[in-house]
Amino acid sequence: MGVLTAEQSVTTRVRRKAWSPAKLAPLLWVGPAMLLIAVVVLWPVVIMIRTAFQHISPDGFILGSAGWKNFVYLWQEPDLPGILIRTVIWVVSIVACTMLISLVLSQLFNQKFPGRRAARWALIAPWAASVMMTSIVFRWALDANNGVINVFLNDIGVLYGYNNNASDWLGRPGSAFTWMIIVAIFVSIPFSTYALLAGLQGIPSDIYEAAKVDGASPWRTYRSITLPLLRPAFIVALLINVMNVFNSFPIIWEMTRGGPGHRTSTTTTFMYQLKQSYIGESAAMSVVNFGMVVIIVLIYLRVTVWGKDEAS
Amino acid sequence: MSTVLPAAQAGFAHLHEHKKPRRALPTRTLIFAGLAYLVAAFFLLPYIEMVISALRPQNQLLDRNYLPSHFDWYNFIDIWSTGFGNNLRISLEVAGGATVLVLLVAVPAAYYTARQRFRGRNAFLLLVLVTQMFQPTAMLVGLYREFLSFNMLDSVMALILVNAGFNMAFAVWILNAYVSAIPAELEEAAFIDGSSRIGALFRITLPLALPGVVTALIFTFISAWNEFIVALTLTTSPQTEPLTVTLNSYIGQYQVDWSHLFAGSVIATIPVIILFSLIEGKVVGGLTAGSIK
Repeated sequence: MGVLTAEQSVTTRVRRKAWSPAKLAPLLWVGPAMLLIAVVVLWPVVIMIRTAFQHISPDGFILGSAGWKNFVYLWQEPDLPGILIRTVIWVVSIVACTMLISLVLSQLFNQKFPGRRAARWALIAPWAASVMMTSIVFRWALDANNGVINVFLNDIGVLYGYNNNASDWLGRPGSAFTWMIIVAIFVSIPFSTYALLAGLQGIPSDIYEAAKVDGASPWRTYRSITLPLLRPAFIVALLINVMNVFNSFPIIWEMTRGGPGHRTSTTTTFMYQLKQSYIGESAAMSVVNFGMVVIIVLIYLRVTVWGKDEAS
Repeated sequence: MSTVLPAAQAGFAHLHEHKKPRRALPTRTLIFAGLAYLVAAFFLLPYIEMVISALRPQNQLLDRNYLPSHFDWYNFIDIWSTGFGNNLRISLEVAGGATVLVLLVAVPAAYYTARQRFRGRNAFLLLVLVTQMFQPTAMLVGLYREFLSFNMLDSVMALILVNAGFNMAFAVWILNAYVSAIPAELEEAAFIDGSSRIGALFRITLPLALPGVVTALIFTFISAWNEFIVALTLTTSPQTEPLTVTLNSYIGQYQVDWSHLFAGSVIATIPVIILFSLIEGKVVGGLTAGSIK
């Protein structure tokens, strides 16, 4: 590897000296990718921020600058405090449960047993399938009249009857939000488990053998060896989850559309609902959301190799 | 592995009677296997329910039971009369187009960043990583206004561009890793034989990196195929929307067209799960590679 890079840098240096337009060569190779990022990722951010400060009529005409008015309207939304609190609960509870369950599952799926490949394969289904369609199945399974979850809960004696208040899970904000959190955990677990599995497989087995020779108990081995060495994989998976869950839209949209009222909305679905009525305020909400996204990205860069690189 | 209980040995000895002597599975392994199968089955449940619901006869759709008395393929035939075929075609075009575009821009970028150290290389990789972390959801308003101003609402091209842009990072990481693992000497040998850099890329590096290319290809296709919120925002009519938006439209304010919804979901989901299983082992690498540079 070391020899290779030395050779590479030599060829590069020779080329650069001999032929100066070669300095433009990188642009030829990475230029198209940069152009795509500029058009689809960077420019929309600029437009979004600009829209947040514009006064735009419902039929799309720009009526001039709005100053900070869009943000003031957003601030004055009576539903906003509840939405903000719910967003925090949404992200924290889903990510925490997902990571804890995934720690256990990755340990289980890392054991050697016959049929492990098939079992791991089954685990990917919620990851591969569109979250939107998974959410629809859960909505159907929670149907107050004939949802299969209600059929099951009736069978085991937890619920009595159908079409009543208890079986109408998605009609009550509290139980609807809880079920949506469960669905979000359900669809987040496969990726997290796989990410932790990859981390577990990266731990050299001779460390475990050494621990065994020293007579360490399994729990002690797990706490002193597995957990610390799993930390990088854990943190990366956690932050990717925070990002995904914060931006999660299909689960809430398909199961309750944020209702009743806005009482099961998060900032992401609220932004979408505002877009349909008043785009300026929606852009203001987007800017707030985007600020949150930038913070998550900065933390991600800081805790991974990128951050350590900049520090040195 | 560790302790083999006599009971387990006795209980399973007969299974191996005709084979050459082999140790019976320890109880511990059996417990782990049992637990893992249970977990695996649990994660398949929603998709099994999806298939069962799609196959329910019309008059048993609202029955309170786990399985209907018989399966009926009617929904899978009837759904084509709703214009579903057109939306399926749009989904194929969007996912296929995005995949081609991603490969066109990601292959040269990944190859070059793997082979050369140039000024701005780190800045470029950082930009790719940030793109991967960003999600279109957060900048939806910007995307909507941008494509509105380009007069590209309801166009397949707009969806191809957005899906390609947000999934390119994955392809760059995975291809970068594969190219880095291929010795540069192989290409240098081709240079000596008079091959150009591009010639060497196509004749030597890409064929060797084929598993990475296939992974990038399948991942991009599935992501674009499953994408919902951008398509919901950038399309305005049933004639121009991909599958996910069509399925969403079966959910009305007061009524839900469950039978078409599930037949459509099965058609849209099952092939994707099978496709994903082909690259399952490699996806985490592409999603987290950015963190280790």
